[in-house]
Amino acid sequence: MSDMQSQDNLFFVRQEMVAESPPPVRVRGVWPWMRANLFGSVFDTILTIVGVVLGLLIIVPLAQWGIFGAIWDAPTRDTCAANPDVACWAFVKANMGQFIYGRYPDPERWRVNVFFLLMALTVIPLAIPSAPFKRFNLIAAIIIFPLVSSFLLVGGVLGLPEVDTQVWGGLFLTLVVSYVGMAASLPFGILLALGRRSKMPIVHYLCVAIIEICRGIPLITVLFMAGILLPLFLPTGVNFDKLLRALFGVSLFASCYMAEVVRGGLQAVPKGQYEGAKSLGLNYWTMTRLIILPQAITIVIPGIVNTFIGLFKDTSLVYIIAIFELLSTVRNSFTDPNWSTPSTPASGLTFAALVFWVFCFTMSRYSKFTEDRLRVGYKR
Amino acid sequence: MTLPDAATDQKIDTSKMRVSDEVAVDLIGVNKWYAEFHVLKDINLRVLKGERIVIAGPSGSGKSTMIRCINALEEHQKGKIIVDGIELTNDLKKVDEVRREVGMVFQHFNLFPHLTILQNCTLGPIWVRKMPKAKAEEVAMHYLERVKIPEQANKYPGQLSGGQQQRVAIARSLCMNPHIMLFDEPTSALDPEMVKEVLEVMIGLAESGMTMLCVTHEMGFARQVANRVIFMDQGQIIEQNEPEEFFLHPRHERTKLFLSQILH
Repeated sequence: MSDMQSQDNLFFVRQEMVAESPPPVRVRGVWPWMRANLFGSVFDTILTIVGVVLGLLIIVPLAQWGIFGAIWDAPTRDTCAANPDVACWAFVKANMGQFIYGRYPDPERWRVNVFFLLMALTVIPLAIPSAPFKRFNLIAAIIIFPLVSSFLLVGGVLGLPEVDTQVWGGLFLTLVVSYVGMAASLPFGILLALGRRSKMPIVHYLCVAIIEICRGIPLITVLFMAGILLPLFLPTGVNFDKLLRALFGVSLFASCYMAEVVRGGLQAVPKGQYEGAKSLGLNYWTMTRLIILPQAITIVIPGIVNTFIGLFKDTSLVYIIAIFELLSTVRNSFTDPNWSTPSTPASGLTFAALVFWVFCFTMSRYSKFTEDRLRVGYKR
Repeated sequence: MTLPDAATDQKIDTSKMRVSDEVAVDLIGVNKWYAEFHVLKDINLRVLKGERIVIAGPSGSGKSTMIRCINALEEHQKGKIIVDGIELTNDLKKVDEVRREVGMVFQHFNLFPHLTILQNCTLGPIWVRKMPKAKAEEVAMHYLERVKIPEQANKYPGQLSGGQQQRVAIARSLCMNPHIMLFDEPTSALDPEMVKEVLEVMIGLAESGMTMLCVTHEMGFARQVANRVIFMDQGQIIEQNEPEEFFLHPRHERTKLFLSQILH
């Protein structure tokens, strides 16, 4: 220290502490924002104008087709047939019942409505973090609701007339298939993922085999095999319902994808977490349930929702075994002579796309919300 | 050679620091390999109840591996490890039994980030000891007070400083009421300013008569509380002695070199 220059006259050594000062003022408002982002330079301005013109070229005709010029109300196809250049929402309106319920018999449609209501009552509280009875809610969602719904929708008990699954269809069937796929894929996916990471060789290889085989086959093939090939191997007389086989196929397929997503999360949990849990004497299942899975699942929420969204849209593939969910119901109605016009297919498909999009976008936003909420422990 | 400076300036109450003649941990001819690499070579170590043992040595000498074998976080491949009268074998029940009685504190704390401090502490008692929640919380608060952070009970680990996290980790282990405590470089990941607060807690623990095995480079701490210092190199225990003798008259050349490098 002694051979060092005295600190008193060095310009970079502070003689007195600097007081805290407020951060620079942030400019807010629409105009400053536009100046900074849209009209920052001549080139930016040109790009902005070109962008706006291109946007208008797309949006104006689209709005004209779908909203301002569209035919919202019409008793028959005649108005639509006369205006083939605009959307025919009257067709969608007239067929709405079919799009939602498929060919479910009219007098029994209240059962589907009850099913929708039950689904909302199970799923919405489950999705709200502060809602009570989460454990019961989860059991309700995975076991009670599907069981009750199957009795309600199939009937044949408590004086409810039986409704063959052949006539199920529309949005209702899309929801049935995707709900079962999601509700089954999460628990089975977790088990498969844990199994794949197991040190027990038989469990490990069995899980690897299931995952790799199902993942390596297109869903259409799985459905096709479940719908057409499976009965060939079963003894005559044993005949599973076609829908049940499709549900089985979709669930199996989704579980394998989910397993890989969950496995990614399991691998991302630091080794120290396992060691910390073990050193307290927690056994494997307690450790997995309380320490590892909560962290692993949090990490892979985006992946899980991604799988859910993929699954939701993939349900439209069940048409391959003649099960008519939303999209195929809509497509079938194109041939309805009462409404067949040049603008019918575009209108119907836009409607179906919109329904799919609303569901998928809701899931996506919900996943964002959950991610933000669960990151609490990692915040500083 | 010189004695290291004391790690903290507290006066140590030795009234309860008594070494009994009962065996707490017994390692008999323990060997371990990582693939071809021979990490532990024929380790023999008997730890009596109430002993405070500090294990020192260069990195890669097998210190951590040795104490991690004691609660079966690492498997040994040859020899016997008997902890609290229970021999560690492949039997998972035995392993869990040992882990219940042996607390461990890690270099990187390993607190559970998704649980609050209080939940971190009550988890073991509730799920392993089957203690009612209210009782477990009472126990947890007692130990959190002992490590001087009861006011942080409802925060998450990420909101605490490193020193506070490590003290929580110690409290979490103590909530299981262990007979033996293992410390695997508990202060190595801490800012120098926070080392002291953790060492003070550890010294307090030693004063209560806990059997402790500490892998640490805090030689001041070793001098203050250890009754034995063990020096390891290349997977073997090459020297062991009382702290004063160990620091003043190291016998082995390797020990002399090591001490000259870390004590100045």
